[in-house]
Amino acid sequence: MSDPIIVTERLTKVYGGAIAVDHLDLAIDQGEVFGLLGPNGAGKTTTILMMLGLTEPTSGRARVAGFDPLRQPLEVKRRVGYMPDQVGFYDNLSGVVNLRYTARLAGIAAHEIDGRIERALQRVGLASAGGKAVKIYSRGMRQRLAIAEILMKQASVAILDEPTGGLDPQATREFLELIRSLKHDGMTILLSSHLLDLVQSVCDRVALFNAGKLGLIGRVNDLLREVLGGSHVIRVEAEGRDLDRAIAAVPGVKSVAVDGGLFRVEAIDDLRPQIARAIVEADGSLTTIAAGHASLEDVYNRYFEGVRDAA
Amino acid sequence: MRREGSALSGVGTVVLKELADNLTSTRMRLLEVLIFITGAGAAYSTIGAVRDQISEYPFVFLLIFTSAHEPLPSFVAFLGFLIPIVAISLGFDSVNSEFNRRTMSRILAQPIYRDALLIGKFLAGLVTLTVVLSALWLLVIGLGILLLGLPPSTDEVLRGFAFLVAAIAYGGVWLALAMLFSVIFRSAATAALAGLAVWLMFAFFWEMVVPIVTMAVAPPDPFDPFSALRTIDIGMDISRISPNTLFSEATLAFLSPTTRALGPVLSSQVQGAIRGAPLPLADSLAMVWPQLTALLASVILLFVITYVLFQRQEVRA
Repeated sequence: MSDPIIVTERLTKVYGGAIAVDHLDLAIDQGEVFGLLGPNGAGKTTTILMMLGLTEPTSGRARVAGFDPLRQPLEVKRRVGYMPDQVGFYDNLSGVVNLRYTARLAGIAAHEIDGRIERALQRVGLASAGGKAVKIYSRGMRQRLAIAEILMKQASVAILDEPTGGLDPQATREFLELIRSLKHDGMTILLSSHLLDLVQSVCDRVALFNAGKLGLIGRVNDLLREVLGGSHVIRVEAEGRDLDRAIAAVPGVKSVAVDGGLFRVEAIDDLRPQIARAIVEADGSLTTIAAGHASLEDVYNRYFEGVRDAA
Repeated sequence: MRREGSALSGVGTVVLKELADNLTSTRMRLLEVLIFITGAGAAYSTIGAVRDQISEYPFVFLLIFTSAHEPLPSFVAFLGFLIPIVAISLGFDSVNSEFNRRTMSRILAQPIYRDALLIGKFLAGLVTLTVVLSALWLLVIGLGILLLGLPPSTDEVLRGFAFLVAAIAYGGVWLALAMLFSVIFRSAATAALAGLAVWLMFAFFWEMVVPIVTMAVAPPDPFDPFSALRTIDIGMDISRISPNTLFSEATLAFLSPTTRALGPVLSSQVQGAIRGAPLPLADSLAMVWPQLTALLASVILLFVITYVLFQRQEVRA
């Protein structure tokens, strides 16, 4: 494998007295989709801004596409496309005119601009809306216009900050599809999100952030196995008395969480038959029993709970 | 530590975009209509009065700019009043609107430095100002030629041109101030109000403040006649903190060629001078050279402060 395209070494940013990013070490390989995950205020945006050279790190260094964002910001920004959180455009101008402005700023040759914009808009499905003023665009269209901007720049790295923020489920699905197709083209994608489950499906690797610190890093499945210890999650819907105790008594069950008639069972194995039998034996009426899959959300909660407890 | 790449790459693109924005915005249309109507109206109304003096005064053309015809103030007085408003309205939301529209981080993620954005915006404002003022200037001169029926002399044209340059520099001061406020205040309304407050202070209250401050700083000594002179000089210096004073002194020298001095003149100093004889343009220029320099220096100083603050600003909204 080639050298990683984005590297940070002990990258640190202190605002006032507060540490926003704390000695961050990351290495992102060419062509992968990397998720920077964590709640709001975890330092994701600050990390991204330091990678782009838009914020000066307090200490440590970053390297993007072989360049130092602090000394050679223009080289970095020529190769990296950035979609900020809640991206904005000039509302009174059309999508095409907005892109034309950034194309000129990006130094794209004048005779290439219109062709590249047309192809980029086609790709994101805005070909017909390109001539209309951005003020009539929906949130999802603006987001796609931002992706078109990155495509137009022919960036080798795309950094997307909260790309699915504020999108409805349908738009989110389309957007994730778009990200997958970018990956297919060989683009390296770094995306940040606080919606852990959403990005689980598109990311090759993720880094979990909390309070400026990197908690976990790795492939989603590896993390699930490591942190949750290969445990199975079983969702049970049943009615009856003291069912939680009955389920907990099944050998191999690690924990039972009750929410009305819903039980969320964590077990060392797929114990659905045993649990079903226990419920029936306890005179409960079982309506549903399903193997749920563990999610990143579980990993995140488990991991940072552990960190908090240790502290 | 050195940054690589030119700080100026992208300036041209920013200038063109901002210029297009400025010239097509509704705000600018309104101001243009306002300034053209009032300016042309003032010039037109004075021309009738000026016509009577054609045979008596060698610089009739310049009178169009300077003479007032009740109830309207002179064209120059109008400009002294309106230029700051135009300049403030061009600059007050130039930087903060990029943050408010959330376009700032997207634009700065393009391969340009922040310098390019700020310089581009300032230059575009200055060009807009120049276009508007030049158009107005030409309009007034054209009206003068039509209504007076005689062309301006070379000297008059040159003096008028020097006045135009002074007016643009004066506008530049207010533009730079408005941009400074647009960097300091995230809300465009606050920035506009701050700009107008400064303008109001210099346009209306400065004349009242100056004598009070002067008397406190340098009260005249009744036993020393020269101390009175000193008091007047200090008073003028304090008054010249205001760009309005600098501008009006510059216009006075350029448009009233008979002006020989801006401060008090002792009788010994005018010995041998012919009363009412005009100064050559070079001498008028020499007289207000400090005023012009001060206007330019204010533009540069304000721009540098704006620049430093903008460079230190966090990009994230």
